[in-house]
Amino acid sequence: MNRSSGGWLTGTLVNAVPLTDSARSLTFRVPGWPGNDAGQHVDIRLTAPDGYQAVRSYSIATAGEGEAIELAVERLPDGEVSPFLVDELEIGDAVELRGPLGRWFVWRPEQTGPVQLVAGGSGVVPLVAMARVHTRAEALSAMQLLYSLRGPDDALYREELSAEDSKTTWHYTRIAPPGWPRMPGRLTAQDLVREALPYEDGVLTYICGPTGFVEAVAAAMIEIGHAADSIRTERFGGI
Amino acid sequence: MAIFGGRRSGHDPALPPGQHLTESFPVLSAGPTPAIDTDDWAFFISTESGKTHSWSWDEFRSLPAEDITVDIHCVTSWSKLGTSWRGVSLDTLFADVDTSRDYVMAHSYGGYTTNLPLEEILEGRAWVAFDFDGEPLDPEHGGPARLLVPHLYFWKSAKWVRGLVMHDQNDPGFWEQYGYDLHGDPWLEERYA
Repeated sequence: MNRSSGGWLTGTLVNAVPLTDSARSLTFRVPGWPGNDAGQHVDIRLTAPDGYQAVRSYSIATAGEGEAIELAVERLPDGEVSPFLVDELEIGDAVELRGPLGRWFVWRPEQTGPVQLVAGGSGVVPLVAMARVHTRAEALSAMQLLYSLRGPDDALYREELSAEDSKTTWHYTRIAPPGWPRMPGRLTAQDLVREALPYEDGVLTYICGPTGFVEAVAAAMIEIGHAADSIRTERFGGI
Repeated sequence: MAIFGGRRSGHDPALPPGQHLTESFPVLSAGPTPAIDTDDWAFFISTESGKTHSWSWDEFRSLPAEDITVDIHCVTSWSKLGTSWRGVSLDTLFADVDTSRDYVMAHSYGGYTTNLPLEEILEGRAWVAFDFDGEPLDPEHGGPARLLVPHLYFWKSAKWVRGLVMHDQNDPGFWEQYGYDLHGDPWLEERYA
């Protein structure tokens, strides 16, 4: 378990890669970072020249020891902080970070039960961290990802999640690639019966995405027989 | 070097340090939203004597209720100002409760818990709320009823609350065991342990 570092640390942007038209991967080197578990998040604080500050939380796409952490940030059309992080922050720039935060929506390699990950849009980020740790640990337990997104162009980490040893099922809600077997549409209980691990003792499901998505998927998981206490959720945005 | 401009839309004296304003009503919960029928709903307070005070939904709704307009502050840094609620004051619910214990553990449908000092939820500082903005509280926001403790970060305002258990010490609740501060005062930025 990684304790939060408590106060604010200074991180320097050392790598930045566009993931889609609206999202970018940002890697910060953060001296003093205590390491983090897969699924945790971090607060970022930006300060304007006149001292005005803004704080937002972002999920971490990486996990483990070390002082480098990768975030994947999606630009919110009306956002105050995300457009700056996606479009403006330059290599070498510094931001303040606080964390790691959250010890509930995490997956650790010593967990032995099967795991179903369900992502909506940019909610995939903490689940990518879990999948990466699972792969790196060569864990024997089952872990698979069901990734719901508007269309193929909206995928974060498409290449990595399409790799042969990656157990990702793609689900498109608006635009599907040519020849895709299912009509685009919202993820339903029938989709979950077909694509998600069936309920059994010890299976854990992690769902992350916009509030409406998480509410709908969690309710559908219960409808098809999963126990409420086998489902962990992380939501963003209001209703 | 990129220079952060920011919006300053959130520059309001009602905003605690490190918070920003939101117009929407974000939802943060550790698990699925439980479906609770008011026919099955009950609220209890239990004390060290073994006595349990309890109210059915109809009994609860027949208690005097108040309109409450308060600012709410989430530990994840959003605040929402001037929110309108209707609920029953915990002073009313504690009127006939005899306890010498100083702490309360709130328990929710779905298993959530959070700890509170008793003196901080009396004297008009906390409610069990059942309406938001003039409408029955949505399940996503804790309906049929949730705690409303607006002077602390909003994880203390337990959704789907079903009862309070008196404790003799300040035992940590759910998020308090997973890294959140034991107390959670937004003006002191008591966010994370």
